[in-house]
Amino acid sequence: MFSPRDEKDLSDLVAGATDALAVIGGGTRTVGAPVQGGVLTTSGLSGITLYDPGALTLVAQAGTPVSEIEAALDAENQMLAFEPMDHRTLLDTEGVPTIGGVVGANVSGPRRVQAGACRDFLLGVRCVDGSGTIVKNGGRVMKNVTGYDLARLMCGSRGTLGILSEVGFKVLPKPEATAVLLLTGLTIGEAVKAMASALTSPFEVTGAAHVPVGLDSAPVTMLRLEGFEDSVAYRANQLKARLAAFGPADIERRVEGPENTKAGWAWVRDVAAFAEKTAVWRVSVKASEVEAMLESGIWQTLACDAILDLGGGLVWIGADDAQLSDNANWDGSGSSDRLHGAENLHATLQECMRLTGGHATLVKGPEALRSKVPVFQPEPAPLATLAQGLRRQFDPKGILNPGLMGQ
Amino acid sequence: MEMPAPSRDILHKRDRIIDRLRSVLADEHVISDAMETRVYECDALTAYACQPMCVVLPGSTDEVSAVLRICHEEGVPVVPRGSGTSLAGGALPTEDSVVLGVSRMNAVLETDYDNRFIRVETGRTNLSVTGAVEQDGFFYAPDPSSQLACAIAGNIAMNSGGAHCLKYGVTTNNILGVTCVLMDGTVTKIGGPYMDAAGYDWLGLICGSEGQLGIVTEATLRILPKPEGARPVLIGYDSAEVAGACVSDIIKAGVLPVAIEYMDRKVIEVVEDHAKAGYPDCEALLIVEVEGSPEEIEAQLGLIKEIARAHDPIEIRDAEDDEEAARIWLGRKSAFGAMGQINDYMCLDGTVPVSKLPHVLKRIGELSNEFGLDVGNVFHAGDGNMHPLILFDANKPGDLETCEALGAEILKLCVEVGGCLTGEHGVGIEKRDLMHVQFDTADIEAQMRVKDVFDPAWLLNPAKVFPLGASRSRRARAADAA
Repeated sequence: MFSPRDEKDLSDLVAGATDALAVIGGGTRTVGAPVQGGVLTTSGLSGITLYDPGALTLVAQAGTPVSEIEAALDAENQMLAFEPMDHRTLLDTEGVPTIGGVVGANVSGPRRVQAGACRDFLLGVRCVDGSGTIVKNGGRVMKNVTGYDLARLMCGSRGTLGILSEVGFKVLPKPEATAVLLLTGLTIGEAVKAMASALTSPFEVTGAAHVPVGLDSAPVTMLRLEGFEDSVAYRANQLKARLAAFGPADIERRVEGPENTKAGWAWVRDVAAFAEKTAVWRVSVKASEVEAMLESGIWQTLACDAILDLGGGLVWIGADDAQLSDNANWDGSGSSDRLHGAENLHATLQECMRLTGGHATLVKGPEALRSKVPVFQPEPAPLATLAQGLRRQFDPKGILNPGLMGQ
Repeated sequence: MEMPAPSRDILHKRDRIIDRLRSVLADEHVISDAMETRVYECDALTAYACQPMCVVLPGSTDEVSAVLRICHEEGVPVVPRGSGTSLAGGALPTEDSVVLGVSRMNAVLETDYDNRFIRVETGRTNLSVTGAVEQDGFFYAPDPSSQLACAIAGNIAMNSGGAHCLKYGVTTNNILGVTCVLMDGTVTKIGGPYMDAAGYDWLGLICGSEGQLGIVTEATLRILPKPEGARPVLIGYDSAEVAGACVSDIIKAGVLPVAIEYMDRKVIEVVEDHAKAGYPDCEALLIVEVEGSPEEIEAQLGLIKEIARAHDPIEIRDAEDDEEAARIWLGRKSAFGAMGQINDYMCLDGTVPVSKLPHVLKRIGELSNEFGLDVGNVFHAGDGNMHPLILFDANKPGDLETCEALGAEILKLCVEVGGCLTGEHGVGIEKRDLMHVQFDTADIEAQMRVKDVFDPAWLLNPAKVFPLGASRSRRARAADAA
């Protein structure tokens, strides 16, 4: 395993490399097509470079543990507003999530629906491209349109265009109080409508999720409000009244105290309910399409479970071994092979997104599955050509996570 | 300002190119008469002007594609144009170019409140996007000062901001999808009414690329429910340093106002003369606006005023009703116009870390004395996006040059303290030659490599963003290949 100590070390290493590198942060996400190559971790590049609470700005080396950053922010009553998911529960991995890994995959959480994604809070990056050249883009200020936005290009490019060495963020003050409205027993269609009503209200809903099988097995819809205490109480009551048609909402009934509220949303954020699933997909879709996609689409012929986040704009699809076996004969193949069942579900989800608009990405699955199917939603031909062109420019040797995001 | 020499070959085949363009557009939408193309010779950076070879005004994505295909085949540079409100010369033509204006394409294609988006053609003006949804209680957040006139196409090209982006972000944070036509005429759809597609962040890359990667003809924009209400408070201080410290403390305290605007004495005096907003006599004035229900507004303003008082203000002025709120904003909103009436001015756009504001304001004062030109400061303090206005006399020989030299010094200062050359106006031609101040050669090279992928012939919006020296070999290679 290669573990460069600093940016210069990283640059030298990449400049001298002739074979493929599998780039990782803390190694908590075994996501994407498997990469054959020497593992390179950025975890040696660690530490907060700059933290200016009065300017809402934090800059850290890519290998800095997310927990270290959150602790530093916590001490000043601030936070990473995009609420990055911790993949360890879902993927059953060990290791330490790094901030570079978060940026590399544009990892966000439930607050994305109101505050924005990781890429929305990213102010700048430093990285090393596939030739070993150090490149910086953006900076540490909140408004910056100087030159092209390569920082956002790097965000979500999963180390295929460059290896991040440093990242800078806009951070936000932590809310003083949180309230959660819980609606029980809603169908998918009703839940999406309730969440749309909440999100189109002026009450600044910062989380809107629906779990068809909640902790006590009944469907539960969760809506989060954050801010100053009086304001949260006021908005919770207003929102409850607005949603009266969807049944009486419990305000924080099941979640006593801030720690429980936090735990509830961490459970949504980390998709903990799918920890036992064999294969899991992340589906970005127009929220109002979700009911048709599930009820009159996929669920008609395929076995799987769903969790809705971001008001329905994000659907997590999960299937366990039994469900995958059930899906194996979907194409009349007579098979009961789980891998084949997963392929059927995968192909259906991506085809469904191709038709309605949206993206289905396989985020958890056995290596045999990940090496067989296109993990990411195939892009239209012009974009696929541009992506290839960018990889040739930024990684001329073809050594940065080759094959991870297409050829 | 150096511009590349026009290509003789292109000027030579001018008539043929215009004929070909007329074969795909109605005659009246291909403008070649010199009297009429004059309207397009510059944008809001009026110090520089150049008549283009012709102007086309396509009415659909297909027409844009047809025009670009022809220009690509003929090797003709294309200058995309929204409403021509760029302050950075982002739409300045070259003599051998075709200006492609999207102003005829201004329809609303779809509004969807449940999914909170609107899809528009990009010639539509910024304010009329909000105009299309406000009767139903929604708005489009980015609000550049030119919002009455500026087009969404230009907003996307420059990643425009506005006064309220401290809370709502800039264009790139409020866009979900685009239809983009590449220089060879290829039409591609990116994103749509859903969030965070996997794959590369094409939207992030297109936003702020100053029309050099493709021409955006349609955009899916995020719309937001209007807050219950909003109210400003005005705070006056007797020094810039104290006002800067107050801004920092407000942000640290956990309140996130939608806007924190700053004006210095120079600007206050001018707007007093013109708008009679009744501002206090002070060195530095802050307008802080918060949103929410009446009770929420009261609570947030209470906290802000408590912080403000700790810094010993000259005055804190509340707005008891809408009329008083409008009066507080009146001076700020008329500031640029008022400054323009007393003087020629150059408006800078550097951003600095909020915590460096006091130092930077002090240094700007010193530089202003050194160069002998007055500088007024009126800007978005919450996010550190400064707009120093350098006053000069265009009729006085040498004044413009002194002004440009002072501007360059101020922008270098912004970069020196950790900031950038431009926060929301874009590089255009105006700051092209200062790019080396902020970026190393490798940084600029990396950006130009993206251009190589999208527009290998370097035809889209020529001579913007990159120093001509840096792009020379690429442009020469592209010209040889043609």
